[in-house]
Amino acid sequence: MPKAAKDNLAMEFSLRMGDNCLILGQQVAAWCGHAPVLEEDIALANTALDLIGQTKFWLGLAAELEGEGRSADDLAFLRDVRAFRNGLLVEQPNGDFGQTLMRQFLFDAWHYLVLTALLSSTEKRIAEIAEKAVKEVTYHLERSSDLVIRLGDGSAESHARMQTALDDLWRFTGELMTPDSVDEALAEIGVAPDLGRIEKQWAEHVRAVLQEATLTIPEGAYMQQGGKAGLHSEAFGHLLADMQFLQRAYPGATW
Amino acid sequence: MHAVSEQLTIDEIWSLLESVPDPEIPVISVVDLGIVRDVSRKGDEVTVTVTPTYSGCPATAVIAMEIEEALRRKGADRVRIEMQLSPAWTTQWITKQGREKLRAYGIAPPVEGAPCAGALKAPPVVACPRCASDNTERVSQFGSTPCKAHYRCKDCLEPFDYFKSF
Repeated sequence: MPKAAKDNLAMEFSLRMGDNCLILGQQVAAWCGHAPVLEEDIALANTALDLIGQTKFWLGLAAELEGEGRSADDLAFLRDVRAFRNGLLVEQPNGDFGQTLMRQFLFDAWHYLVLTALLSSTEKRIAEIAEKAVKEVTYHLERSSDLVIRLGDGSAESHARMQTALDDLWRFTGELMTPDSVDEALAEIGVAPDLGRIEKQWAEHVRAVLQEATLTIPEGAYMQQGGKAGLHSEAFGHLLADMQFLQRAYPGATW
Repeated sequence: MHAVSEQLTIDEIWSLLESVPDPEIPVISVVDLGIVRDVSRKGDEVTVTVTPTYSGCPATAVIAMEIEEALRRKGADRVRIEMQLSPAWTTQWITKQGREKLRAYGIAPPVEGAPCAGALKAPPVVACPRCASDNTERVSQFGSTPCKAHYRCKDCLEPFDYFKSF
């Protein structure tokens, strides 16, 4: 494959990874000062910080591969809805603590497996970012798995809320593991993993945790697609308005 | 000032860096923390290669600035800070001396052999930095900064930070 074509695929992949981290990080950061207990408030803020840090690496690489002089900040703050490549799962509203936590768990399990596989990516810069990020994400997955079990198998109230969250969010998980033509080309040249393999490992971990949490996976749910192609949900425009307002209103503003 | 900077040997630069504190935990230096990966010079340009602890650690930018300032004060005009992601920073690079300083400061140093890779394992046994008791429990995996977890001692009843293995 010619270098330009490979770079283009790697750029698209970096955008997808970066946008997932950015949008989830932005959403989780909104919990700062609002979590049900202090320890969780700190954990959420730390998770958001890790994700925003990882965003800097992914979008930095995407900008470098694009080669048009844009920066990671330009990509984060100056793109419009249709140019974002994150999955629909991460843009789902924070909802209650259960919704936020279930979203985190379903994402962390995927994120951890993808990063682990990326350690052997044929694109060195991608493998390097993964090497850094996977350590942080291991802690994310450990925490979210643990809390899903404790709240799912907790009180009647916490169980009901976790089940509702699972029912609402399950339909957005399929997309993360359904390859499009970009994913297939990336897997072929060894830049990114085969999503079919990720799906198997993901299902194994997620099912084990949900079972221990006494939660029921919705059967035969329709899987919503679109995020990778830039087709986002209604809430996404509001999210961007919030996140991008300052740079749009005061271009180039810095601390 | 070139003449002065040319007098700074690589060894001198390393000892200078040993006096640059970590902005979040000022009792240990950036060298103790293990984030300075390399020091080199080409002509009058000094290059210090630094690796971040956590991706989003807000101290990273401050550390780069402090290293640059410390070298400039000693006459190195041209200082370049290079960020290196791989190999990724690990708490195994925290020096022995750094570990002791952490403990004396009230932060339990990382228990090695309990690396984070291998998720979903029971948390490690961490000795209380105040009374040395092993009778402690994890309150939360996340503490006051990304690199720390929150523990409490069930003997002396004090809460403390644990610098988690990474």
